[in-house]
Amino acid sequence: MSYSFDWGTLVRGWPLILDGMAMTALLVGVGMVLGIALGIVLALARLFGPRWLSLAAGFYVNLFRAIPLILTIFWFFFLVPFVLRAVTGNPYAGVGPVYAALSAFVLAEAAYYCEIVRAGISSVRIGQMQAATALGLTQWQALRYVILPQAFRNMTPSLINQTIALLKDTSLVYVISLNDFLGAATKVAHRDGTLVEMYLFVAVAYLALCSTGVGLVNILKRKQAPS
Amino acid sequence: MQYSWDLLIYFKPSLTGEGYYWELILQGLGRTIVLSLLSWVLALGLGTALGIARTLPLPALSVPAAVFVHCFRNTPLLVQVFLWFYVVPELLPSEWGTAIKRMDPTSGQFLTVLVALTLYTAAKAAEVIRSGIQAVSRGQKQAASALGLTELHAYRHVILPQAFRIVMPPLTSDFLNVFKNSSVALTIGFMELTGQTRQIGDFSSQPFEAYIAATLIYTLITLSVIAFMRRIEKSTQVPGYWGV
Repeated sequence: MSYSFDWGTLVRGWPLILDGMAMTALLVGVGMVLGIALGIVLALARLFGPRWLSLAAGFYVNLFRAIPLILTIFWFFFLVPFVLRAVTGNPYAGVGPVYAALSAFVLAEAAYYCEIVRAGISSVRIGQMQAATALGLTQWQALRYVILPQAFRNMTPSLINQTIALLKDTSLVYVISLNDFLGAATKVAHRDGTLVEMYLFVAVAYLALCSTGVGLVNILKRKQAPS
Repeated sequence: MQYSWDLLIYFKPSLTGEGYYWELILQGLGRTIVLSLLSWVLALGLGTALGIARTLPLPALSVPAAVFVHCFRNTPLLVQVFLWFYVVPELLPSEWGTAIKRMDPTSGQFLTVLVALTLYTAAKAAEVIRSGIQAVSRGQKQAASALGLTELHAYRHVILPQAFRIVMPPLTSDFLNVFKNSSVALTIGFMELTGQTRQIGDFSSQPFEAYIAATLIYTLITLSVIAFMRRIEKSTQVPGYWGV
């Protein structure tokens, strides 16, 4: 092994790397919050909506789960500007990499979160809904006070797992040259000629973050396991 | 600005002189399929070995397998591709590194993504296989050893055949993930379906047609794989198990 490491690059590039981490945090935060919100709406539409709405939600979920995330990001980065220009009539309308990535993540992750929420709701026994309506609750009240609280308890580990997957997926914004953690590290690496050090550091940092999430899931699962 | 549709764009020759656009799409699709199928076969083999290793009462095997699975599952695939592409050749003995760099670029990119995708997928598959093995009830293994089967024979004839049948549905979704994940290959220049689509969109100035074609192809393949696997799942389902 003839490679001589230069770890000083981490110190020299630190401000850029911090900006990148902030961008990754923004993508994960927005993707998670809006993704779960939209996912719940989609799941409720699939389970309790009228037939046409349930079919439409199913089509949406299956479409977004069938295509690679990179392709979704490209759709928003390259094609949505055309649509915007046609709709608004402003020939200079654009989306920009940040909004393109945010929209792609929210819409695509919503499809994945939807399936988790749907499984969570289905895991609550059907008798609960019947009991709640027998007690005079409306269907909405039964959902709000009886079904969803239990469903959320059951699906918290899966939601965290999906968020870990989202964290890993945010690195794909590299393809539209957005400066997330990986993008910023790549910039510093090219500037300082330290690809080896930077990518090793990035890998260890992602591993540490995801391990924390996995640890959290394990604690939750142990708490929930019937003892 | 008005977008002008040109649905015949697929039958026009590419500006880059590489052939007709439909040929480029097919070429990209072919690369996507070869890459995904090959990684899937390799990953299933390696993942099975790792999954079994994790259930064995031998720490010398189960601990390294657990560490491998944890590390490869919990870093982004893209970062792993970059590690194999930019980092590993630098850290190998210099003759090896030079040999890798002298390889024909397309085969070099293909092999890099193949290694990365295989190991990433193997780590995921290992978890699925392990959960399948653990879902087969303990009594089966005890019964097997009571009948005089060795550990090896119990795994080979009693536990694994049932475990595989139990985990068929999650394995299907793992396979679909390989197929979608293979699109990261474009980041190091291997032009599979998504990469080819972007290139066609750039060169032909008909991006909508290109992306719609790719979206339809991915969706069709996913739907047909799901339909095909549902039939297999039905006929291989183990009575009494819900799956894991």
